Amino acid sequence: MLIKKAGQIPSSEITDERLYLNRRQFLQAGGVLTAGAALTGLAVEPAIAAAAPDLAPLPNVRKSPLSTDEKQNSYNDITTYNNFYEFGTGKGDPAANSGRFKPHPWTVKVDGQVNKPAEFNIDDLLKNFPLEERIYRMRCVEAWSMVIPWIGFPLGDLLKKVEPNPKAKFVAFTSVQRPGEMPGQNGDALEWPYVEGLRLDEAMHPLTLLSVGLYGKVLPNQNGAPIRLVVPWKYGFKGIKSVVHIKLVESQPPTSWNISNAREYGFYSNVNPQVDHPRWSQARERRLGEFLRRETLMFNGYGDQVASMYAGMDLKKNY
Amino acid sequence: MRAIRYSKPFVFLACLLPAAWLVWGAFHEALGANPIQEITHVTGDWILRFLVLSLMITPVRKLTGWNPIIRYRRMLGLFAFFYATLHLLTYIVLDQNLGWSYIGADIAKRPYITMGMLGFSLLLPLAITSTAGWIRRLGGKRWNQLHRLVYAAAVAGVVHYYWLVKSDISSPLKYGAIFAVLFAIRFWYSYASNRAPVPARVPLPDRSA
Repeated sequence: MLIKKAGQIPSSEITDERLYLNRRQFLQAGGVLTAGAALTGLAVEPAIAAAAPDLAPLPNVRKSPLSTDEKQNSYNDITTYNNFYEFGTGKGDPAANSGRFKPHPWTVKVDGQVNKPAEFNIDDLLKNFPLEERIYRMRCVEAWSMVIPWIGFPLGDLLKKVEPNPKAKFVAFTSVQRPGEMPGQNGDALEWPYVEGLRLDEAMHPLTLLSVGLYGKVLPNQNGAPIRLVVPWKYGFKGIKSVVHIKLVESQPPTSWNISNAREYGFYSNVNPQVDHPRWSQARERRLGEFLRRETLMFNGYGDQVASMYAGMDLKKNY
Repeated sequence: MRAIRYSKPFVFLACLLPAAWLVWGAFHEALGANPIQEITHVTGDWILRFLVLSLMITPVRKLTGWNPIIRYRRMLGLFAFFYATLHLLTYIVLDQNLGWSYIGADIAKRPYITMGMLGFSLLLPLAITSTAGWIRRLGGKRWNQLHRLVYAAAVAGVVHYYWLVKSDISSPLKYGAIFAVLFAIRFWYSYASNRAPVPARVPLPDRSA
């Protein structure tokens, strides 16, 4: 067990709200059970009264024809159940442990095989790129899915600004490394910092989004603040969070889950119901909030837009 | 003895608390965004915890000499089976929605599912033969031999857990380490008692417990 020195912990960190609420719920449960008063109609808080501090609303967000009209998952679902191993490996860990993370100030360096390498301030990005709401399906490699109203701008728009040169064939992304603010980085669940990659045509695809917001507000820390990648036809882990560096490169870059387990997680990681994870089926998924599993769609339902990029490729080999 | 008799109903109710919490939580949206997974994880954890508790009885007896504690063992073991049944039913009904073809394929193709099923099928005969009648029918010696399957069930449970996690293997390793210690204590005592000369092999008082 990790025993922290008291001096390092601000008093506000000591009992986190989530645990506190859960504890109270547990006590309520115990009270109900032991008193046998199951029908007293106790007022119950929502499971986690969303650690939604006052995040800034994002103005002037356009709707997008690329959005799905499926029922969106709640803000609470999206912000309390996700993977962000930098804050711990449990689904609730990102919400519970990301309070100390500081997503501001922030810059993203874009360089490599480009004519105009640049470092972008997050505030300038928000000002200079027209923001769109993109309601996308998100399919996790663990066979669950959500519908999420992201706000952001196409990665391609940013890449055009730096003018990739003809040598640029892939895009390599790097997450921030701050073990002091990201407790999971003190463990070895993955190699840090988290890295991801796309082929250049995938990166330039209009569906590929740099997200800076969610449900009309800036991204909460646990979902990859202040800027993260969203690639809706690929498994969720391709959507690298809290990006600090984007580099255009000549050859296929390493990716974190592939480094961790190459047999299970490939570079492409396109959603594909016909190619199972070695340990579980990818044929069906649980959409959070639904009782019956649904069939997983090829390319997560974005096949019309993206399948042509993989024409002629053996997707069993290039998983 | 009396302490045991009077405390037993309370321990019984305490053992039901995790299940009661899940039922309550399911009706009050307190199980998070993915309640079915939460139920699967909570019931799975409690199988291993009750296996640990039931396997702790013998070492505790030997280390402390407090023999009446043996009277809790069957109850704890049956609660491991109870949570294993809930865990299996959660998978079949809530998770797979009775999709038998998917379940069949899972058992055949997914080693962690196969291992989980093996663990359950090892616990099943132990639950069935947990009654006084079965102890009498089998005879204490054979009954004891049969019930050593619980060691295999514990190993199957840990391997099942180890094979399903994505990269953070700390939890299954913790359970593995606890079982290893519990097994080592048994091994040590059986080694010591085999070596010891005649004295003081008290007959086990648990035949009818």
